[in-house]
Amino acid sequence: MTPKRFRPKNYRRTLTYLAAGILIAAVTLYLALPILALIIRMSPDMFFDTLHNPEVISALWLSLFTTVTSLAVVILVGTPFAYYHSRYSYPGKVIVDTLIDLPLVLPPAVAGVALLVLYGRVGLLGRYFNMLGISLAFTTLAVIMAQIFVASPFYLRQAKSLFEQLDPAYEQTARTLGASSLRTMTLVTLPMTAGGLVSGAVMTFGRALGEFGATIMFAGNLPGVTQTMPLAVYVGMESNVTVGLTISILLVIISFTIMIAVRLIQKREVYHA
Amino acid sequence: MLEAVMVKRLRDYTLDFTISVKSGEIMSLMGLNGSGKSTALNIIAGLLEADTTTITLHGECLCRTEDDLDVPVEDRRIGYVLQNSAVFPHMTVRDNVAFGLRARRLGRPVVAERAALWMDHMHIGDLADVRAGNLSGGQKQRVALARALAIEPGLLMLDEPFTALDADSTQTVKDLTRRFVKKMQIPCIVVTHRVADSTEIGDRACVLCKGKKEWEGIPGEMPEICSVCRCA
Repeated sequence: MTPKRFRPKNYRRTLTYLAAGILIAAVTLYLALPILALIIRMSPDMFFDTLHNPEVISALWLSLFTTVTSLAVVILVGTPFAYYHSRYSYPGKVIVDTLIDLPLVLPPAVAGVALLVLYGRVGLLGRYFNMLGISLAFTTLAVIMAQIFVASPFYLRQAKSLFEQLDPAYEQTARTLGASSLRTMTLVTLPMTAGGLVSGAVMTFGRALGEFGATIMFAGNLPGVTQTMPLAVYVGMESNVTVGLTISILLVIISFTIMIAVRLIQKREVYHA
Repeated sequence: MLEAVMVKRLRDYTLDFTISVKSGEIMSLMGLNGSGKSTALNIIAGLLEADTTTITLHGECLCRTEDDLDVPVEDRRIGYVLQNSAVFPHMTVRDNVAFGLRARRLGRPVVAERAALWMDHMHIGDLADVRAGNLSGGQKQRVALARALAIEPGLLMLDEPFTALDADSTQTVKDLTRRFVKKMQIPCIVVTHRVADSTEIGDRACVLCKGKKEWEGIPGEMPEICSVCRCA
């Protein structure tokens, strides 16, 4: 008699499980191994020693300052924009929709070139700023502008979709109860979309932190002024590998924390239509 | 007393509707889906603009297009329980009931006292600190009713309040609605699909069909030809 595990039905099931196991292991290893290699390449002592390196500290603080500033601008301007955009129809809305998504598919270097051509010293608008003594390109402000351009779609898309999905009946009820538009926004609309908005903001923060192409094109690579962490990794790998690896590990830690935060936030209830 | 005349061009037809509801009277507004019931309620509440309209509540004009008079939605003092999204799910029951009172900038002790009173009236006092999103359908409707009545409205409007409620909850919501509409002597409009609900809760009924009034009268006398749902 044929052993049980070799009977056709069980045999097929075993094969399916085996194939699935191999596939999951392969994908997991492909994603995890480079990160693992990066972490085991450095001893913890060396990592913590290099953290005191002025280049690392300077890049870390500049990155945090510019990223937090970019995020604040995106949230303050992007939230009301996404609300009005999702609730009202206006001519050219489709074009605006496309423009919101464009930075997601545009190579960051191209975004940097575009910003330079517009705001650079001889750029379309930059020349007028320059006449007023205002220089935008190759400054810390340019880093923030590049980050906003590249990372804002993550927040805008999320906020737009959340406002579209929220049943207007909640806001209408609040209005009939005597709440002003502002009160309705702060007590009903924003709390009911908060989980998704925070998740979009965290993704924007992550994207802005890792921004490289647009920054190097538009803001350059000046230590202490425009050299953010990704740029410092690039320079470090050419001159001081330890610095490059330390900043890389720091970025991995921050990115991992961001993804865990997003997962936790996404578990919160979102009230849809 | 509520008196409203409205005309609004919609996609498939023109809503041309006149409704009059006395104080302490419940008018059940009936009609098939898309007949213009919710649109009419939204116009009365001030959430939607009509092409031409005149709305008078207790002698005070809320809206008259020919004179460009339009009291903002937040100042109309209409208790309106919209379809489906009855309560704010992220707030506690207490905060839901107190929402309209706080929006009207009443003092904290007054808000607390009135909210407690209405939670008591609706038998939801023991749920005061529960998040409204975690309540059952019947409890949510009672919270919505308490919240709408706590602002001491001049008019109460309920848009399909019995949808998705079991028999017991439906009866409770009907009893509470009747009790407080009579007690507060305010006009009330209840949108419902079912003749049975209309007969039970409505003093009068009005049937809308493609934006036009098809019939108006005592619910029990509604003729068979009316385009309404007659399921039990």
